[in-house]
Amino acid sequence: MDLTYTPEEEEFRARLREWLAAVLPTLPPKPPPEDWPARRAYDLGWQRMLYDAGYAGLHWPVDAGGRGATPTQHLIFLEETEQAGAPYVGAGFVGLLHAGPTIAAEGTAEQRARWLPPILRGEQVWCQGFSEPDAGSDLAALRTRARRDGDDYVVSGSKIWTSHAEVADWCELLVRTDPSAPKHRGITWLAMPMDAPGITVRPLKTLAGSAEFAEVFLDEVRVPVGHRVGAENDGWRVTMVTLSFERGTAFVGEVIACRRVLGELAREARKNGRWDDPALRRRLGRLNAEFRALWRLTQWNVSEAERSGGVPGAGGSVFKLRYSHARQELYDAAADVLGAQALDLDRPWVPDRLSSLSYTIAAGTSQIQRNIVAERILGLPKGR
Amino acid sequence: MTRPVHFQLTDDQRALRDGVRELLEGRFGRQALRTALDTPGLDRTLWRELGEAGFFALRLPEAEGGVGVGLPEAVLAFEQAGRVLLPGPLVATHLAADARVPGAATGEAVVTAVQGGLVEWLDEADVVRGDASGAVPLRSVDPLTPLHRVPDGGGTAPPDVPLAVLLTAAEQLGSASRTCELAVQHARTREQFGRPVGAFQAVKHLCAGMLERVGTARAAVYAAAVTADPLDIAAARLLADEAALHGARDCLQVHGGMGFTWESDVHLHLKRAWVRARRSGDVTESEEILAGDLLADLPGATV
Repeated sequence: MDLTYTPEEEEFRARLREWLAAVLPTLPPKPPPEDWPARRAYDLGWQRMLYDAGYAGLHWPVDAGGRGATPTQHLIFLEETEQAGAPYVGAGFVGLLHAGPTIAAEGTAEQRARWLPPILRGEQVWCQGFSEPDAGSDLAALRTRARRDGDDYVVSGSKIWTSHAEVADWCELLVRTDPSAPKHRGITWLAMPMDAPGITVRPLKTLAGSAEFAEVFLDEVRVPVGHRVGAENDGWRVTMVTLSFERGTAFVGEVIACRRVLGELAREARKNGRWDDPALRRRLGRLNAEFRALWRLTQWNVSEAERSGGVPGAGGSVFKLRYSHARQELYDAAADVLGAQALDLDRPWVPDRLSSLSYTIAAGTSQIQRNIVAERILGLPKGR
Repeated sequence: MTRPVHFQLTDDQRALRDGVRELLEGRFGRQALRTALDTPGLDRTLWRELGEAGFFALRLPEAEGGVGVGLPEAVLAFEQAGRVLLPGPLVATHLAADARVPGAATGEAVVTAVQGGLVEWLDEADVVRGDASGAVPLRSVDPLTPLHRVPDGGGTAPPDVPLAVLLTAAEQLGSASRTCELAVQHARTREQFGRPVGAFQAVKHLCAGMLERVGTARAAVYAAAVTADPLDIAAARLLADEAALHGARDCLQVHGGMGFTWESDVHLHLKRAWVRARRSGDVTESEEILAGDLLADLPGATV
């Protein structure tokens, strides 16, 4: 147990901090949330700045165009960018955190050369076509069908919860290529160009009132066989190789942001008099303990990843369970601080309270996470 | 690049943890635990053996006959003590050895302390730290922790209180980790409706919740052991209490009717967890310390 950083890591931090202080004031103003093309341009512009400064694909392997940084350096990067108020990965999320790493791990040399550099340089946006209306927690039950026709797959079906679909260039798509095989064995991973004929994107309005994701309908869409990553019917394994990355360091910035919000809540409570209520103070004190612990758990998971050569362990599920719940508690406490103003959508924290409701559902519901923890970590028998 | 990695135990720490576990499981296994239930008083022979093994002198310099290790090592040792429900005023005696109270380091003396208005093991103690005058015995809810109540609360707190809170949190962590294991063992083997009860999601999710709390508490407790920061200690205390109290309750629930019997060990974990939670004083205090911190400078996320 040792929580110190090496001189090299401290130097990395200092250089990054200096760079952030220099470039962040030069950023254009943030675009309005409903203007998707402007958001795309803003997010890609930031990615290009990272690329030019040598910070793009920090944790990607060197032979995939990344910097081969250690998990600790990646942690420092996420910590410093969040604390400096730098933009989020935004529209680059799927490309940088899932599709890219999948191609890096499983793609051919040609596929890597074609798709990875534009992701790192901030030139192309990827979206994810995994879930379907009837394949949510049971993702492997997906039914979008791809049949071979010469050098193409012809794909028909529908996908749902696809973020950035309106502005994406590519979609990492899971399709069923063998309906007669057991459900995990008949799935294939394809890179689908979003301008192909037969694709219809219908934005979905969330309970927060914004269109954060979409349904994607596919009607006889032709995808060249050369766009397949991994072998036909091996798509489930190809996908799972990197799916766990979503749960490794994906929430680092958010935990830091939550700690900042907690401090702001305390200040607001002091200003509006709610601080005099001991029950509220105790609630905020507990949340302080909670987010301190979650930060330590993040460091723990990173140190595990470091030891195991970059592959995040099952600790990610424990973290995700705990964090998603804590985030909802945080914004419920915010409502307690705000009082009647908690019903005003123009107040800070109120929209965040709404969006926090997705956390116990997205990227594996809490119930599915508990199954994973119980079966894969504790070794309890499968069954319902 | 060679570097000390956060949270990974060093080889020495691993060896110490395993050594303490072996010693305690060998010397205070389930049979000894059940025997202790029927034998009032503290096992002085065991106490001296703990002293000889260095349990109380862990943090004393080697020149003074100590082991010469730090707080993280002490936390690992107390976690093991919590696992096996080792009885006695362990925390008080360990901290007394620190304060050079004669006989504490070697296990010759049993030292207790007034904490949270209560004194544990007063009748067995050779030395009492704090003012225990007027102490009145009560019928302790934990059969393995005799208690006295101190009428006026026992006066001012000794300066080593944060350390006592941290070592107590380490014991809570060990107990939480053990009740999680006991629940999982039971869920794997107990069959109803023709399959292990652990195959049912309702039971599975109770167990997953236990592990979630243990994992989070462990990160908080180990971090506090490294930083010794009072805020980290307060946070570790809240998380470890939650893991131990909630964990023992869920473990009892998973055990069904057997969990409600005297014969099961589950109630011993729950009752000791209640005693330990009290030892660290009012929960409100820890919560207020952490609330106050929010109004200090914005919390830095770095170590």
